[in-house]
Amino acid sequence: MSANSFTICAATEERITYNHMVVDKLMDRDVDRVFRALADRTRRDIFERVLVTGLSVSTLADDYDMSFAAVQKHVGVLERASLVTKQRQGREQIVHGNIPTLQRASALLDAYEQIWIQRDQQIAEILGEEGSSK
Amino acid sequence: MTVINSIKDPVAMTLVVVSQFDATPEQVWEVWEDARKLERWWGPPTFPATFARHDFVVDGQSRYYMTGPNGEQPHGWWRIRTIDKPHRIEFDNGLAGDDGEPMLGVDPMPSSVSFEAVDGGTRMTSVTFFTDVGQMAKMLEMGMQEGTEQAVGQIDALLSS
Repeated sequence: MSANSFTICAATEERITYNHMVVDKLMDRDVDRVFRALADRTRRDIFERVLVTGLSVSTLADDYDMSFAAVQKHVGVLERASLVTKQRQGREQIVHGNIPTLQRASALLDAYEQIWIQRDQQIAEILGEEGSSK
Repeated sequence: MTVINSIKDPVAMTLVVVSQFDATPEQVWEVWEDARKLERWWGPPTFPATFARHDFVVDGQSRYYMTGPNGEQPHGWWRIRTIDKPHRIEFDNGLAGDDGEPMLGVDPMPSSVSFEAVDGGTRMTSVTFFTDVGQMAKMLEMGMQEGTEQAVGQIDALLSS
């Protein structure tokens, strides 16, 4: 899969397939708020750019309206999550996107989603029993 | 349909699942608060959960284990951070050792669940935040179903080849 298709996967405007039905994502306001608060935009932007090509921290820092240290901190968070790796090249640190981690994270999130779907079905059964006993 | 929406963000390592139930927020809240109800849905059908402790108050903790088809019993724990009945619960969910106590070296997963009354029912939004893929894999091993395990195993095989 190309880097671009992963960028699309990571985007918020996503369609999900469940029970053979394609459900247009309802951009629930609450979800959107929680989601955006956590998925830091700068971090996402850095990640998407280094997936395409390796970039130095200073090159990245030039493009954001924040300090070098702040950009370095974002890179550090991505590095701890193994989403990027840093390579020394002369005096520069080149940041590269780590596609296998992204693939693995996607697969694990799919599996976790299945667990929740199952939990929700079981909750619905419990609530259904209560409803019918009234 | 119970699950109406989900967002999987591999960059933020965040999962959001939105479901809708044909019940009031108070009734849905009950399946979280009442340990006997909670253990009927927290684990997969092949790995039913038993909550030995469930202090459903702020700073309260829970201890649970799940029993697998081969008698295996993985343990887990919760620590409640926020309770706003019947609107919102925030808690950490972590792995525990055989003694039932929190395992060191594996970060718990912060989770938040909110409940909202909508036309004729309740919308429940659960958000789970992961820190890295290693933690995600460890948490998933707990009571993971065969099919899911195989799917993840296949991905791993693909990536390592």
